[in-house]
Amino acid sequence: MATRTSRDLTGPPPVLTARAVRRSFGPAAVLAGVDLDVAPGEVVALLGGSGSGKSTLLRVLAGLDREATGERVVRGTAAVVFQEHRLLPWKRVADNVALGLSGPDVAARVDRALAEVGLADRRRAWPAELSGGQAQRVAVARALVREPDLLLLDEPFGALDALTRLRMQGLLRRLRAEHGFAALLVTHDVEEALLLADRALVLDGGTIAEELPVPLGPTRTPDDPAFGALRRRLLDRLGVPAP
Amino acid sequence: MSGTVLAEAPERAAATAPTPPGRRARPARRWRRIVSPVALVAAWEGAARAGLLPAEKLPAPSDVLAAGARLARDGTLTTHLLDSLTRAAVGLLIGGGLALVLGTVAGLLRLGDDLVDPPVQMARMLPHLGLVPLLIIWVGIGESLKVALVALGAFFPLYFNTYAGIRDIDERLVEAARACGLGHLARLRHVVGPGALPSLFLGLRLAIGAAWLSLVVGEQVNAQTGIGFLMMEAREFSQTDVVVLGLVVYALLGLISDLALRLAERRMLTWRRGLRAT
Ligand SMILES: Nc1ncnc2c1ncn2[C@@H]1O[C@H](COP(=O)(O)OP(=O)(O)O)[C@@H](O)[C@H]1O
Ligand SMILES: [Mg+2]
Repeated sequence: MATRTSRDLTGPPPVLTARAVRRSFGPAAVLAGVDLDVAPGEVVALLGGSGSGKSTLLRVLAGLDREATGERVVRGTAAVVFQEHRLLPWKRVADNVALGLSGPDVAARVDRALAEVGLADRRRAWPAELSGGQAQRVAVARALVREPDLLLLDEPFGALDALTRLRMQGLLRRLRAEHGFAALLVTHDVEEALLLADRALVLDGGTIAEELPVPLGPTRTPDDPAFGALRRRLLDRLGVPAP
Repeated sequence: MSGTVLAEAPERAAATAPTPPGRRARPARRWRRIVSPVALVAAWEGAARAGLLPAEKLPAPSDVLAAGARLARDGTLTTHLLDSLTRAAVGLLIGGGLALVLGTVAGLLRLGDDLVDPPVQMARMLPHLGLVPLLIIWVGIGESLKVALVALGAFFPLYFNTYAGIRDIDERLVEAARACGLGHLARLRHVVGPGALPSLFLGLRLAIGAAWLSLVVGEQVNAQTGIGFLMMEAREFSQTDVVVLGLVVYALLGLISDLALRLAERRMLTWRRGLRAT
């Protein structure tokens, strides 16, 4: 609480605030009072076991769940990237990116966003013609083109092969350095969390059970001893026994 | 499929063959598929000419064509054809329009589903062509009967496919559209509509098939005009060639409408071709 007060006094207001978020499916409470803040430009990883409610929480934070209770404030614009690319199969890549946008410069903005994810030449392709990694990059472009202050990512690279995942993590790091958006990255991958995040949260029992700053520099490798110590601590918290 | 494409690619690049083998193979296959129908018609013609088929039972194809040319020249065929087409179009518009509206209401709204779907499911069990006697009591034997039959025939397949098309849309895509800031109407336009379109096309094709069938049955009941009337009248005068001509016209109507719809489908559902290739 003390840290929060000092941040409230000194820093800019958080881009995302959630208080006492609750959500049940039938009798089972999946979220039992979640509190969290994300500061502008901050990348927060949200870890948790399978079925711990990470996706449920992200949908609430994205404003996609009307049945959740509690308080949720987003200061600025938010955009979402889901685990599956969720591109509309009947729209070409550029039209998928442009979904919901209006204004005279949409085409130019779309082209720029596609160029940033390295797919400028696929703007006329159908989603079915893309590989999994390419489709997910289009999904990132679709979020990016909205110039979000906050990016909500639900295991965005979870369905990709290991090599593609590494490239996508690099891409996300680069985009974040260029655009300075804040991000809440849901992941079940501790290494991914430590590679990308400034802070890691563990969701367990329907609340944020652990909060861990990740004071690693801008260039991070899993070989760093500090990295290893943090990984061990998070794995312990997630209930993965030491080898 | 992808295997053959890969095998062709180097050949095409080297430009050794003027046309890739795949391109030549497909028309060859198409020609081969025409052989047996042509042979059948030729055999029919030969048997009729040789007197093996009595003309009053089954006239030669050339005689049927000649009858068609005769009736086309004096305008009879056009008049009756237009009457049949009008019935089909009006019935299809009424039945299809109703199916689209009710199917959409039931597919989109929970209340609509609860109110509309149960009676439709019950009515589906009735064979609509078996309703002819009841329909005669209700609407008489005039034009309304034919239109009502066509409308009934067209309604069910289009209703069910509209309903299923909307219901089967991936909820996650709708959610992604919502996350992109699309409101209700925009989601209908960009997600629900295009997503249901393949199913709508299927429903329309089935509906048009059912409409022709209903028309054939309806036109046998006291019609004064139409292709069915032409056939019934010809039967009374033992003009078997005109009876067969009527059948040919019905078949052509079905064929042409199906081809037109397939063409429209190909143009409007381009994105599915990419889907099939992968
Ligand atoms: N629409 C739903 N209806 C019923 N139960 C749900 C629904 N969505 C999620 N759940 C339940 O909520 C729990 C958390 O799900 P989820 O948020 O997807 O977990 P995670 O993303 O952490 O793996 C699971 O037990 C799941 O079965
Ligand atoms: Mg999940």
